Amino acid sequence: MEKLDARGLSCPEPVIMIRKAMLSGGERYEMVVDNTAAKENVTRYAQHQGYQVAVTASGGEYTLTMTK
Amino acid sequence: METEVKLTKLASCAGCGAKVGAGTLAQLLEGFQTHQDPRLIVGYDKSDDACVYVVDEQTALVQTTDFFPPIVDDPFLFGQIAAANALSDIYAMGGEPKLALNLLCLAEGMERETVQEILRGGYAKAYEAGAIIAGGHTIQGAEPIYGLAVTGFVHPDKVLTNAAAQPGDRLLLTKPLGVGILTTAAKADLVEGAVLERIYAQMATLNKTARDIMVRYPVHSCTDVTGFALLGHSYEMAQGSGCSIHLDTARIPYHPEAYEMAAMGFIPAGAYRNRTYASAGVKAGPNVTQTMEDICYDPQTSGGLLIALPAEAAEACLAELRQAIPQAAMIGQVTKRQDYAVYLD
Repeated sequence: MEKLDARGLSCPEPVIMIRKAMLSGGERYEMVVDNTAAKENVTRYAQHQGYQVAVTASGGEYTLTMTK
Repeated sequence: METEVKLTKLASCAGCGAKVGAGTLAQLLEGFQTHQDPRLIVGYDKSDDACVYVVDEQTALVQTTDFFPPIVDDPFLFGQIAAANALSDIYAMGGEPKLALNLLCLAEGMERETVQEILRGGYAKAYEAGAIIAGGHTIQGAEPIYGLAVTGFVHPDKVLTNAAAQPGDRLLLTKPLGVGILTTAAKADLVEGAVLERIYAQMATLNKTARDIMVRYPVHSCTDVTGFALLGHSYEMAQGSGCSIHLDTARIPYHPEAYEMAAMGFIPAGAYRNRTYASAGVKAGPNVTQTMEDICYDPQTSGGLLIALPAEAAEACLAELRQAIPQAAMIGQVTKRQDYAVYLD
């Protein structure tokens, strides 16, 4: 599983980051973001690419687990 | 034209996406003590596009300001877009801009020619609007900012607020949506040059033609669709008018390329702020996709006019608008107040 840290990044950087990572066609990715726009946008991108997304929130940060 | 330092790289957020959310703004202004003046007929207490001050029986002054960080790299185009956006608030009140002042913030790394091009773009657009830029103020800061403070005039009886829509009115929109999404996707190099040129030209287009046509019809209410997006501005119009607004997504014009980009998550943060602000007052029907909702929450830089007028006049007004602005569309109607401010179907 590839782990990505997009904290401190504003849109569209987190989506660009996950897009680049998913080009390798992995089955599972985990990304940490620290704003709701990034959480929503990365979720949309992953779903668009056919991944299922689970989100856990903690202290203003969101961990997105994306599985194919 | 290429610049040494890309203008958009100097900006943390682009265009009207930089606007502070409507909810935050309302909190900031809560409890703010204001003074009344009977001549100030549209002021602080209204969430309107500009303030209006009556000078005499024939003349009212309309004032507004708008500024933001670069949304495009071409400085001349940025100047034009920022000016068109600032001038738009005067048009949305039914007025005509006459005088403007530059508001400029310079960031480190900006060439002299870049700054001159921004100002030249603003001047050209103001001149096209029939207004003259007569001065301004420039400071140094962390990121480039440009815009105008604009003064215009309107007949006191012809002021168009965003709070006077009436049941039975139809709603017209004069520019397609999606420019916030597409400029966000452009940062990932996912938007074709021809599409970008189309939206840049749209953002640099004055709402003057739309205004000049609109004022020949019995318009009840008008606003321009900018940072708060179609749904945020519709929500404010519905709340201010004490009515409900029904929008038909099948008729809402948007750039088709924005749909896929939104589905892929290239949505500006401002769209989520708009959703937070308005969603409690918006009821989306079961057939409305999340992506279509995202487009309706997308902040528009220099967006079109949203015009409310009686049904029979709306048909004629739309026909005339379409001769000059083919994308203009009738997107919904106003009803008496129901449970929600805005219905999206």
